[in-house]
Amino acid sequence: MDWSQSLRLIAPEETLSIAGLVLLLVAAWSGDKASRLISILAVAALVAAAFLVAPALCAGAMGPETSAFFGQFRADAFASFAKILIYLSAAASLVIAPAFFERFKAMRAEYPVLVLFAALGMGIMVSAGDLVTLYIGLEMNSLAAYVLAAFLRPDDRSAEAGLKYFVLGALASGILLFGMSLIYGFTGTVSFTGINAALAGGLSHGALFGVVFILVGLAFKVSAVPFHMWTPDVYEGAPTPVTTFFATAPKVAALGLTMRVMLDAFGDQAAAWQQIVVFIALASIVVGALGAIGQSNIKRLMAYSSINNVGFILIGLAVATPQGASAMLVYLAIYVAMTLGGFVAVLMLKDENGAFVENIPSLAGLSRTRPALALGLAMIMFSLAGIPPLFGFWGKFVVFQAAVQADFIALAALGIAASVIGAFYYIKIVKIMYFDEPADVVKGESDIWHKIILVACVVFISPLGYLLAKWLGGLADVAAASLFFAL
Amino acid sequence: MIGIEHYVVVSSILFVLGVLGIFLNRKNVIVILMAIELILLAVNINLVAFSSFLGDLTGQIFAMFVLTVAAGEAAVGLAILVVYYRGRGSIAVDDINRMKG
Repeated sequence: MDWSQSLRLIAPEETLSIAGLVLLLVAAWSGDKASRLISILAVAALVAAAFLVAPALCAGAMGPETSAFFGQFRADAFASFAKILIYLSAAASLVIAPAFFERFKAMRAEYPVLVLFAALGMGIMVSAGDLVTLYIGLEMNSLAAYVLAAFLRPDDRSAEAGLKYFVLGALASGILLFGMSLIYGFTGTVSFTGINAALAGGLSHGALFGVVFILVGLAFKVSAVPFHMWTPDVYEGAPTPVTTFFATAPKVAALGLTMRVMLDAFGDQAAAWQQIVVFIALASIVVGALGAIGQSNIKRLMAYSSINNVGFILIGLAVATPQGASAMLVYLAIYVAMTLGGFVAVLMLKDENGAFVENIPSLAGLSRTRPALALGLAMIMFSLAGIPPLFGFWGKFVVFQAAVQADFIALAALGIAASVIGAFYYIKIVKIMYFDEPADVVKGESDIWHKIILVACVVFISPLGYLLAKWLGGLADVAAASLFFAL
Repeated sequence: MIGIEHYVVVSSILFVLGVLGIFLNRKNVIVILMAIELILLAVNINLVAFSSFLGDLTGQIFAMFVLTVAAGEAAVGLAILVVYYRGRGSIAVDDINRMKG
């Protein structure tokens, strides 16, 4: 493995870091009036990076030729699958941002640059081949994300969200890091393959502590119960385009990272951590569903919905099979489309003065004032609830199928039962929109980009999405196989 | 003779103090920033001690990375705190409650 080969494998990361640095200089030079140009160039860089990683996914890259810098970095099909989702959702959160920030006269040139660096960090997270790379990628993403949460200066909820996110995110990184130091001490190596080999003789007590600490730190990052308490506050307080970003790309990255660490470094010790993941998954499903019921702010409701969905995705991790990993990836792809569509629909809710509407009672009778928007939001809600003709059902179906095939029948049964609780609040939104007396609040005009993205997401989650099911499943299978390929 | 376990005990105590500092402190956000720093330093003691014990340099390099990131984290944290203070005029932990539910 020579350096030129390694440098070729990290081409998407090079593209993003060079683009980020150059655009930061442009931002410093020409100030906020260049923010439109910088946004366009940042979207171009993200799309270019997505095209650079696509061949590795299509070719099903796995094995030694995908590992760069002596195994510290992996550019395999799994990383490519996650990176495409990450880059595209980051690009989407750039496209929807100007219409939001211009309302507050707060569109600053640094916003696209921060999103670019966060996407770069997330790409490094899912490609990590050892604990040091993992930590650097994670912090690169987190530091940019803390600033993004506090980005809307005129709204003091935004600063509060940034502060809360920072404190709990830093705590999570500390816990994760303490676990990594224990793993390093008890195995003598930081590379995932090395750790797997060193643990072949069974887990010592110290290493077990390390695994638990790492799992707790990662659970914070994916906002799984019992470490979810920051999520509703941060999602509510952060500016809506940033919330859209938080609910999509970092979720993919953190779940991809969790899969990589748990299935690669600790894959042979699955019996030691499966119980914990089963508990976290079921607790997330139940708490996410119950917590959402009393909410009156739609962004808080979406936050609980994301906690709920993370629970379903973690069922795929709990079974620790290639099938489970593949199901997680399929679910993630569908989840990203549903969440993106959901938050764009929230962005389109504006009153006659153009102020953004966030409280749920104002949605009453939306079907009569804005029928198209109400239909889109209703389809997204039904899809999130997993009602069959929509594509959201397919994600839940593959996850439960993987659980049943790995003999986790009780887990699957409990998960299905708990998903019924979740359906309650999703359908409540639909009821408010379609059957309540019109509140006549939402009247504002929508941005053309918001319409385009909402239509694209709704078409993807509509029954037409099943045309893609086979293709998506095939890609996810290849990606999962590359994750389980022992180096 | 001071062995590896002494270092691990010291770093575990510092780690627990840091975590308690975040959760028990009801006064000031600056104290939380110091507690976060304490957690990261506990990790560094662990990494360097294990590195010396194993005769393997990786841990010390890792500690360098952690120090660098900790500096960046403190900078970002303080910057957010300044923005927060300008808007609210207070950095008491009990006042950070505009959003609930």
